[in-house]
Order: sequence, then structure tokens, then C-alpha cells
Amino acid sequence: MTRQREGSPFAGLSTVALKEAADHMNSARIHLVMLLVILTAIGSVYAAIGQIKATIGEDQFLFLRLFTTAQQPLPSFVSFLGFLIPLVAIALGFDAINGEYSRRTLSRVLSQPIYRDALLTGKFLGGLIVIAICLLTLWLLVTGLGILSLGLPPGGEEIARGLAFLFASFVYAGVWLAVAMAFSTLVKSPATSALCALTLWLVFTVFWPMLTPLVAGAVAPVDLLDPMTAVHQIAVQQGLARISPNVLYGEATLALLNPATRSLGLLFPSQLSGALMGAPLPLSASLALVWPQIAGMIAALIVLFTIAYVSFQRQEIRA
Amino acid sequence: MSAAEAPVIEAGGLTKRYGRFTAVDGIDLAVNKGEVFGLLGPNGSGKTTTILLLLGLTEPSAGTIRVLGLDPLRKPLSVKRRVGYLPDQIGFYDHLSAEENLAYSARLAGLASAEANRRISDALARVRLSDVRGKRVATYSRGMRQRLGLAEVLAKGSEIAILDEPTSGLDPQSTQELLELIRELAADGVTIVLSSHLLAMMQSLCDRVALFSRGRIGLIGKVADLTADVLGGTHVVEVEADGIDLAAVLKDAPHIAAVTPLRAGRWRVDADADVRADIAHRTVQAGGALSGMTIRQSSLDEVYARFFEGEDHDQAA
Ligand SMILES: Nc1ncnc2c1ncn2[C@@H]1O[C@H](COP(=O)(O)OP(=O)(O)O)[C@@H](O)[C@H]1O
Ligand SMILES: [Mg+2]
Repeated sequence: MTRQREGSPFAGLSTVALKEAADHMNSARIHLVMLLVILTAIGSVYAAIGQIKATIGEDQFLFLRLFTTAQQPLPSFVSFLGFLIPLVAIALGFDAINGEYSRRTLSRVLSQPIYRDALLTGKFLGGLIVIAICLLTLWLLVTGLGILSLGLPPGGEEIARGLAFLFASFVYAGVWLAVAMAFSTLVKSPATSALCALTLWLVFTVFWPMLTPLVAGAVAPVDLLDPMTAVHQIAVQQGLARISPNVLYGEATLALLNPATRSLGLLFPSQLSGALMGAPLPLSASLALVWPQIAGMIAALIVLFTIAYVSFQRQEIRA
Repeated sequence: MSAAEAPVIEAGGLTKRYGRFTAVDGIDLAVNKGEVFGLLGPNGSGKTTTILLLLGLTEPSAGTIRVLGLDPLRKPLSVKRRVGYLPDQIGFYDHLSAEENLAYSARLAGLASAEANRRISDALARVRLSDVRGKRVATYSRGMRQRLGLAEVLAKGSEIAILDEPTSGLDPQSTQELLELIRELAADGVTIVLSSHLLAMMQSLCDRVALFSRGRIGLIGKVADLTADVLGGTHVVEVEADGIDLAAVLKDAPHIAAVTPLRAGRWRVDADADVRADIAHRTVQAGGALSGMTIRQSSLDEVYARFFEGEDHDQAA
């Protein structure tokens, strides 16, 4: 039976989104996570600046080095982000729906003239607003630090690449927010859904890089007589690795912030013929290179959101 | 039937199954405009499920519902715009103040902020929460939360207020306060549907009641009619006397529906009027020694117990 629904499914959407964003901005939980992110960001950029100053004048994309330079023992700013963004997103979303159940506010809110769609989407948008604000602040902070310490403004292409990087980070955060929200609808208790999301985060940041070579070795063993089997194994391993949003994000940032990156997979000599090693790619070429990664993350986000949506629509309003 | 007389809530053959278990089993219901209608029955008898069905918050397995002439499944927004709901075990956003909680609901309901502010102030004043309107709801007592929930219904300006177990978990004083507020709401012409497992407490408040048992409505009607039909009377007189058989003495006395011996020298008399003088007169005339007599209104609890006699009321699902 198809039923024509009355009115807009998004009546009340902006009300929910703004309330959620305001709640997050006032919550001690988010303050704590953001403090952690900002401190590590400043630390890693500060360390990078020391390193970069030594090479001023040798590099066309000095500003982008701020994001990618690692100074022992600190990892680079982008590695930090790859690690911490999921944490921020999980903190924003892990109790989105089951929190409404446990506070017993759900039936009261849904007795107002809105659809469930508006509540779920509004919560997702509210989280995205907060993420956008945080990432933008962070990006401006790093750029400002760079201008102050390096004494020169970023070039046009550097800004464009920086913005593309900002967008990739935003999508990456969106994926983890969708993960957290999916768990918040599938699992009844907020503590359990937080644990589930954190477990997935640990798996992808720590265990996935260790697991993929093992699994690829078992699935596609290398035959010493056939060199193509080795290529096949690497392809399998890379395919597996790319299930992890962290890998997709890592690849995207690599290509965007290192203009010299020519490929995110195996490179055959034929593809390099005529190429100047180490020469930067134009921005458009880099964007074309990372597009599959970005699209993959967006697709993951949509799938995860759909899971949350379907499960929430079918739920009884009573816990 | 003219439009003014049409019931504001109508349910026919309403059924809700959870897997094999039938929580609401083919109930028929009609609530008229301006009525206070009670859904009464023990825990687990299907009252909350019925309410959720009326609001379109859960889908029926079978049956039809009309609220203000609309199907809550097809026109959920119109129905929810005009019906206020006080859920059982109501929850608020604890980190927000009372005012902020109500403002959020009002924005969801699509009220303009000036209008919303006015209504919220009025509603908070009516439930006597004006002094603490800026305090976080985390600091509120159970009774205050319940009143805040009622304020939300008031601020919404609903034509129908559906209140699920409004007094459960409240101390006697908060209960009386809340019942008083509900009476005021009814006096304003709002149609009220309320559920409770405390039958006797609700009987003075409700114009009509439906008695629920295991997902079915056993009885529906005015309290006085139900007591008269089931118990045979609206009054219960307990008589203590020696030296007579009261049942024989009162055999052809008027207004008396039943005389039940409780123990030696003690009877219960069901009657549809205050028959104490007559009982005293006949007892003394028959040579008996009257040592005590009390009268009270028949309670719905007795109606319930009598009507569903012999049924197993343990309804743990
Ligand atoms: N989501 C559910 N799944 C299965 N059974 C349920 C569900 N919700 C309620 N029930 C059962 O339906 C019955 C009626 O519940 P309810 O309407 O809440 O009763 P009441 O409000 O009269 O106490 C209960 O036995 C309850 O256990
Ligand atoms: Mg109930």
C-alpha cells in the first residue's frame, strides 16, 4: 500500500537541527573533545613550523606542509585529524536516538506535528553544523598560525587545496557521525552504542592496517611464477583497506596536500612515461584523483544514514 | 447526526498485535466533544497502546480511527497539531529550563515566537510554575514535571488533551493539584481522554469511562450507570446488627438491590439511594440491635472486580 503523506517530512527540521547544534555547543562532553583536538592540532602544527622554517624558499607549497609535516615524536596534523575526527563525530552522535528513549522525551517530541524524518535528519544536520564550525575554526587557526610564523600568506592554489582538504575532512566526519547515529538507533543503551562505535573506530585505526595484508595473503596467494598474482594480491589488499573510511580519508588528504601525488594505487612504468618525477599535479588533476575516495565516503555516509533511518522508522515509540 | 454532535474520537474494531501478543483487541470507542473520558484498567491492559494508536504514534494491526474526523495515519500532522499529549513517565531535556523545553515544543508545533512566549507564560502561570520557569528541569520534582507536561498541552492550545496516567507516582497533595488542573482544563471545554489504573480516584473526574481488561473494553458508560448495572446500586451501606437476619428484614424494602452477609452480624447493602434511615427503622422494628452503619458511594474498583470476577488479572506479558 502506498500512502501519500500529508505535509512535508521536514517540517521542524531546522528547529531540531538548531537545538541539537546549540545543545552540543553547550555540552561539557563536546568542550572536552574539542579542547583535545585543538591542543593536539596546535602542538603538531607548531612542531611542523619548526621543521618547515629550515626549508623556506625550497618549496612551492610551503603552506600545505603545515598540515603534512611530522616532527618526531609528534605525527602530522592530518594524521591527528584522521585519528581524532571520528572521536568528535562519535561524541556528537552516539546517543542521538537512544538518548531520547532513555530520557523519555521521544514520545513527547513526536507528539508534536513533525515526522520522525525531521527528528533523525535534524539531529544529523545539527551534528554536521557543529563539525563544520569546529573544522573551519581549526583550519583558520592553523592558517593563521602559519601566516604569523612563516611570515607569508598562502597562495591561491594552496587555499583551494586547503579548502578541498577541509571538505574531505567534513565528509569523513559525516561518515563517522552516521556510524554513531546508526548505532544510536540500533542499540538501546547509550553506553553500549558508544562502546560499539568506539570499537569500530579502534578496529579501523589500529587493527585494519594489520589485518588487510593477512587477509589478502590468504585470499589471493602469490604464485612466484606468475608476477600478475602479486599485482592481484596488492589490488585485493588495497580493496580491503579501502573499506575503512580512515584509509579513504588518508588517501584523499595525501593527494590533496601533496600535489606531487600521481596515483593512489599501483603505478606502472607505462603510466609514468613522459612524467616529470616529483613535479606537482594541477589542482584539477588532484581533484580527479581523489574523487573516487570522496564519492566512496559519501556513499558510505548515505548507506549508514539509511540504516539508521529504516531502523528508526520501524521502532516502537515505547522503549 | 449533525457535525456538532459527531464524536471527536471514534475507534472501530481497533486492534494492535505485537507478534503473537494482542495488546489491544478489537475495541470500539467514541468520545464526544467536551467530555472527560477515562480509560481505566490495571497495568498492561492496553490503555497506553490505545492512546498511541489514537495519536498515530503506532500503527494499528486492524480497525479504524478518526480523531476530529481525521485518520491519524493519513493526516498525522493535522491530528498532532490539534491534540495535546501527556505521556506516562514524561521526560524533559534536563539541561534546559522549563521555559526552553516548552519553547522547543512550540517551535516544533510551528508557533510564531511572540505567540509562543505569550502562551507559555500563561500556561506556566496556570500550572503554578512561573517562579521556577528559568530553572533547569533537572531540579524539578515528579509533580512539577507532570504539571510542566500539562503546561505543554495548555500552551499548544489543544482541542483534545490525552493524558496517560497523569497522577501515577505522585503524592496525595500533588495528585489533588493535578486533578484540579485537569478539571479546570475540562471547564474550558477541552475534550479530555485520560488513562489510569487508579479507578476510584478517577470516577469523580470522568463523565464516562471505559473499563479495560486484557486489551478489551469490558464496560463503557457513565460511572453511575455502571455501578447501577453491575452492582445494582450507587451506594454501599455496611450494617452491623445483632439478633436479626438483615436479608430477610430488607426483603421488600425499596431502593435495595442486594444484601450480602460479610460475617456474623455484618452485611453489605447495595442500594441506589441513601437508605440508612429505612434500614435503621426496619432493623429496630424487627427487634434487632443496631450497632453501626456506614455509607459510601459504590466505587469503580468494586464494579471492576465484580464484572471481571473470576478472570485472571495477572497480565504480565
Ligand atoms: N513494543 C511492545 N512489544 C510487545 N509487547 C508490548 C509492547 N508494548 C506494549 N506491549 C504489551 O502490551 C500490553 C499492553 O500494554 P499497555 O498498553 O502499556 O498497557 P497499560 O497502559 O494499560 O498499562 C502489555 O502487556 C505490554 O507488555
Ligand atoms: Mg500505560
